[in-house]
Amino acid sequence: MTIASTTQGICFLVLSAAVVFGSLGVVLLPNIVYSAFLLGGVFLSVAGLYLMLNASFVAAAQVLVYVGAVNVLILFAIMLVNKKEAMADIPGLGLRRLLSGGVCLGLFLLLLRVDLTTPWAVPGPSPIGDDATVRIGIHLFTDYLLPFELASVLLLMSMIGAIVLARRDVFSIDIVTGDDVDQALIEKSRTPLLIETPPAETTALETRR
Amino acid sequence: MMTTNSIDVPLQAYLVLAAILFCTGVWGLINSRNAVRVLMSIELMLNAVNINLMAFSSYIDGQLIRGQVFAIFVITVAAAEAAVGLAILLSLYRNRETVDMERFNLLRW
Repeated sequence: MTIASTTQGICFLVLSAAVVFGSLGVVLLPNIVYSAFLLGGVFLSVAGLYLMLNASFVAAAQVLVYVGAVNVLILFAIMLVNKKEAMADIPGLGLRRLLSGGVCLGLFLLLLRVDLTTPWAVPGPSPIGDDATVRIGIHLFTDYLLPFELASVLLLMSMIGAIVLARRDVFSIDIVTGDDVDQALIEKSRTPLLIETPPAETTALETRR
Repeated sequence: MMTTNSIDVPLQAYLVLAAILFCTGVWGLINSRNAVRVLMSIELMLNAVNINLMAFSSYIDGQLIRGQVFAIFVITVAAAEAAVGLAILLSLYRNRETVDMERFNLLRW
């Protein structure tokens, strides 16, 4: 056992422990802000695993896209919807958690059996190491050209869709009363459309009485 | 530069790690009450799939690294999914004033 292989083993153990405990924290912690930051830690640890697997370009893409974009997006979403609300109790929640835990454990045992009993064709050809970036570029512009172009169309569609879904339309005049709308505060509070409220007629009648 | 795969860290170690991560993501996806945490669990599952793809690409397909190309496409689709999912969540929050998954029951029979 050489020093290099020992170092690789230690790195794998540390990174995999970070991934496992970080993901458990993401799922189990009650405070969702802690969960979001732990999710960033999990993404960084996965990028470290990619570096151990001779894939420097994908590791850089993982850090840029996941930690830099997706995690920040999730943090912004938490800031936008972070209202302290007491979630109503649901009957049979503990039983449901136990049942789904059993299902997930069964899935894990199935995957474990497949992982450990399949005769994988190792050792394969030796990895190309630092030339991986060049090889990815060749793949993207020859035999994976159509998925590459479709990915650009998909990103454009999702960008337009996200803008259309997330923006709030503001009219210059109120369409019900005809008055001018206060434009100073666009994100002002407004009666939600679909929330369960008592009908307006009954409350008006009660106040008239 | 010729690089070799580590003998001390076998392929199965990466696969077992990815299986643990995937099952954690599935459990969180089923049991989370907060809608943002559901999206985080989906990201965990996508990362588990990516670990599998990268491990196979390095250990079995070392010369034509097709697994890495697939992982890049998965990362792209995951970014698009996160953007659209969070926009839908924001729109839902404006209309229902909650992020509780149990109260998003408009289409339930």
